Formats: sequence, structure tokens, C-alpha cells
Amino acid sequence: MPLLKDKDRDLLKDKLAKELASPVKLVFFTQELECETCHIAGQLAQEVAALSDKIELVTYNFVVDKEPVAKYKIDKIPALVIEGDKDYGIRYYGMPSGYEFTSLIEDIVDVSRQSNRLSPKTKEALQKVTNPVHIQVFVTPT
Amino acid sequence: MRLAHQMAMEHDLITADMVEVQEFPFLAQKYNIYGVPKTVVNETVHFEGAVPEAVFLGKVLQAAEAKPEGEKK
Repeated sequence: MPLLKDKDRDLLKDKLAKELASPVKLVFFTQELECETCHIAGQLAQEVAALSDKIELVTYNFVVDKEPVAKYKIDKIPALVIEGDKDYGIRYYGMPSGYEFTSLIEDIVDVSRQSNRLSPKTKEALQKVTNPVHIQVFVTPT
Repeated sequence: MRLAHQMAMEHDLITADMVEVQEFPFLAQKYNIYGVPKTVVNETVHFEGAVPEAVFLGKVLQAAEAKPEGEKK
């Protein structure tokens, strides 16, 4: 059974047809065993990729595909990377449902357009960052 | 979540993870997560709740200025 309702899928298709610019790659990491939510997160990634020709889905096995796991620095699964003209460091660990699903769609649009919606003041202030910064936002399903 | 990911887009040195905490209970324990959203920046700066962009920025800059773990005296 699909996770996205027909009506939502149609709305999202329209939105992405209007808003996407460059191609976006979803890189999904999963495994068959001992990962309760990998299957459903994988299904969601497939359904999102099916919303637009500009979205490509690549799936790797967390245990077997050691090279991409190292390249994308994936340390747990299910993991989803949103990549555009480069890897911006955007990761989703676990199932992005409810409010986080909206974030996922908006992130895909931003990456595709190579732009974000931060204020000019924030963008300027961030240029001062010279050390690596790793932000983890912990959420629960909404 | 959107703020963190947009900051990751803006700067090559910034990476941002959404973590669905119920799927990773060991992290809930590690970071003492009792409420969400909870944000952890570079293991050093922790805060709870959704905050305005300027406040989020302040936390990120605070963590960026702090020396990485292991370099402290």
C-alpha cells in the first residue's frame, strides 16, 4: 500500500514540476536485517523519487557498500542524503514523517534550486564559520 | 529542522542531520533527550525547542567558535 495518498501525490507532483530546477539525487542507505524502519523509509524514498523525473534514487546496503558509507559518512540507518550539484551535508536518519516530510520536500526544492531561505544577515554571519559544525536535530514522528 | 539543513546548504563546513529519536534510542540516552525538538551542535551546545533563526544562528556560531573536543586543556 502506498504511503502517500493519491491526492497528496498529485499535489506534490505539481509543486515539484513547478519548483524543481536541477536534478536531485536521493542517496538511501539501508539493510535487510535488524532495521525495523528501513523498509518503510525505503518505500517513502521510492515514492518521493517517483514524484519527479528530476529526482533520482540510489540505494546502498549499509553493510556491504562500504565505499559510499564512508564517502557520505553514514553511521546509522535508515539514512537519506539529499544531494544536488554537490553533497551539502543534509541527512535524514530515520523515517521523515509528518512535519519532517514537509522539510524533506522543501529541502529537495532548495537543493535543486541551489538556494535557501535564510535571511541575508544569517548568511553573512555564517561566513565567519571556519571550524566544522555538525548539527543534530532530534525529532519524533508528528 | 529546516534551519539546520539550510545552514548546511549555505556553508561547506556545516552538516546537519535530522534524527528520528525513537528509532535510535541509544542517542536519546547519550544526549539526555526528554523533549523534542532537541538540537545538539558539535557535542558542545545543546538546546531544546524550536527557536527563531537568529537564536539558532547564535548557537551555531557559539559551537563553531568553541575548540573541538580533544583540544581543550
